[in-house]
Amino acid sequence: MEFAEHLIRWFHVLSGVMWIGLLWYLNFVQVPTMPKIPDELKPAIGKHIAPAVLFWFRWSAAATVFFGLILAWMEGSIGAALSIGLNDGSTTSALLGIAMWFGLIMAFNVWFVIWPNQKIALGLIDVSDDALKPKSARKAMLFSRTNTLLSIPMLYGMIAAQNPPF
Amino acid sequence: MKNPLESLHKTVVLGVVMTVIMVVVALAIGS
Repeated sequence: MEFAEHLIRWFHVLSGVMWIGLLWYLNFVQVPTMPKIPDELKPAIGKHIAPAVLFWFRWSAAATVFFGLILAWMEGSIGAALSIGLNDGSTTSALLGIAMWFGLIMAFNVWFVIWPNQKIALGLIDVSDDALKPKSARKAMLFSRTNTLLSIPMLYGMIAAQNPPF
Repeated sequence: MKNPLESLHKTVVLGVVMTVIMVVVALAIGS
């Protein structure tokens, strides 16, 4: 069981690095650089790079949550964490739990807000109203920024729960 | 008023502020 936990933790970290790496690529590189790209080159991002990023982004988010929940269940920490330490009065459970809830909110945003709106913004699905595209792009961007914000305490909580500083 | 999430710098600052709040809450739960 211990070795299985060890493997699942590795899968959790691998998929998590891919997820947050792509989230930060979108927020720190792609979105701020788009206005500087010449118009004739923009379709390369919208039609080729962004759809590939979003594919790995949403599936790595799903894999991170999947392996994370299995890991917490195998460790026996899932109940204490999901109740943010209120049932065992532990700082470590509280840190892990708050981080887990942030991660769950972020994964929800990826699948149910960012991806559906990006599909419209990038023209991957047909919409009758063209005015919907900029609205969807803005909504996807703001939720992506929300995830960037949450990723900072989320990563701190995950690391601090493994290496308690208090 | 402009949404602070439109600025990447403000987003990062808010993330750090939220981290401090999270630590304070976690310490309060553990005490």
